[in-house]
Amino acid sequence: MTAAPPVPVHPRLGVRVAYRLQQVLRPNAGYRWLSARVEASGPVRALFTGAERTTKTPVFGCRMCGQCALPATGYVCPMGCPKELRNGPCGGVGADGSCEVYPERRCVWVDAYDRAASQGRAADLRLLHRPIDHRRWGQSSWLNYWQGRDDDLWTAEP
Amino acid sequence: MSLRERLASGGFAVTAEISPPRGASTAKITETAELLKPSVDAVNVTDNQGSNVRLASWAGSLALLAAGLEPVMQMTCRDRNRIALQSDLLGASALGIRNILVMTGDHPKFGDHPGAKPVFDLDSVQLLWALRAMRDQHVLLSGRKLDPPPDCFLGAVENPFAPPVQFRAERLGKKVKAGAQFVQTQFVFDVPAFARWMAQVRDLGLHEKCAILAGVGAVRSVKALDYMRDHVPGVEVPDAAHDRLRNVPPGRQAAEGVKLAAEIIQQVAEIPGVAGVHLLVAGNERAVPDILDGAGLKTTTRQNHGR
Repeated sequence: MTAAPPVPVHPRLGVRVAYRLQQVLRPNAGYRWLSARVEASGPVRALFTGAERTTKTPVFGCRMCGQCALPATGYVCPMGCPKELRNGPCGGVGADGSCEVYPERRCVWVDAYDRAASQGRAADLRLLHRPIDHRRWGQSSWLNYWQGRDDDLWTAEP
Repeated sequence: MSLRERLASGGFAVTAEISPPRGASTAKITETAELLKPSVDAVNVTDNQGSNVRLASWAGSLALLAAGLEPVMQMTCRDRNRIALQSDLLGASALGIRNILVMTGDHPKFGDHPGAKPVFDLDSVQLLWALRAMRDQHVLLSGRKLDPPPDCFLGAVENPFAPPVQFRAERLGKKVKAGAQFVQTQFVFDVPAFARWMAQVRDLGLHEKCAILAGVGAVRSVKALDYMRDHVPGVEVPDAAHDRLRNVPPGRQAAEGVKLAAEIIQQVAEIPGVAGVHLLVAGNERAVPDILDGAGLKTTTRQNHGR
């Protein structure tokens, strides 16, 4: 979707820390208020979105799809998969766990499974992810998350 | 008896696969259909397999129907977005194509147009989900109503051998939840590994909701086996299978490949929950009757009416 094609990225943040951050960043009245204020101003929103990009791109290889799957994927970005698969690995993963398109890199789903399972969160990978909304590329997923616009990204039962 | 009926009746199903030609004629497909008709329940028509341009899978499927053989139309997520995919299901259903096999699709990098835009707007789980909603809830992904809804029997694929192996049965579980009614697996060469995956499939109860067809292929030579191992994504060839072909002279390797396939069919048929086999023989369709005879599956009893 964006200019650079997707490439699998191994996160630079340990999975335990990531899950701890998840607790801290969970939506609440404070975040809802804050995100509404940020969204109210164009320049502030742009600044905030830039800050998200600056933080998440080096750490997760974030491509700013605006609808973050990280909490359900062991904090490995599925948009780094060359096929942008959000529901698990394709059938072409190498026996050593390598990506078929970038054999020198690890499949993001092999990575996601290992990281989630190491923290007892393998069941997260069973969630069914809905198709993404391509109009959201470039948006801040944090704002979308705190404003409740991400509530429907995945579900346990169709 | 249709594939759907065969599986519903608890009969052992046999499907095969053809790769349409790189050219504007269905004559080859019709010819192959005549050859396969007595032996199989239905035949997959690949969708630009390996990301190489071929005659469209819907057109190949129509050619099979006309020849009296039931098609399984493959539909990948590689080349079409959600608008085109939903539209294709409506067209296929309207023209009598009932079996739809949904898969992610190979990356364009592996084909004859490596610079093509990889679409992957939906993944295979999302596509199954969308197609089932079209059929059962009469709605498009957008929520818009359909009239009349398509009639289809939805299939998926799975590779039991690729990492993360512990997740592969659960991944099939996602596809079943999304709408898969049958699944065809990647080549089974390693029967014990396949049996381990099947045990997980049974633990999840998936075999009761979705018919499992084990993928079995006949290789004609050591060279073909090597090519498959090195160039087909997701295929693992154990040394035992490799040694077995290498240990016979080149002139007898094709026959040994048929024998090996027949033995694998017999072994997988014994595994509880296996509902049939999918013969991965594209380009080697002539071997099908011999493989099935070798496996002890009668080839003369299958009557295909297509539609």
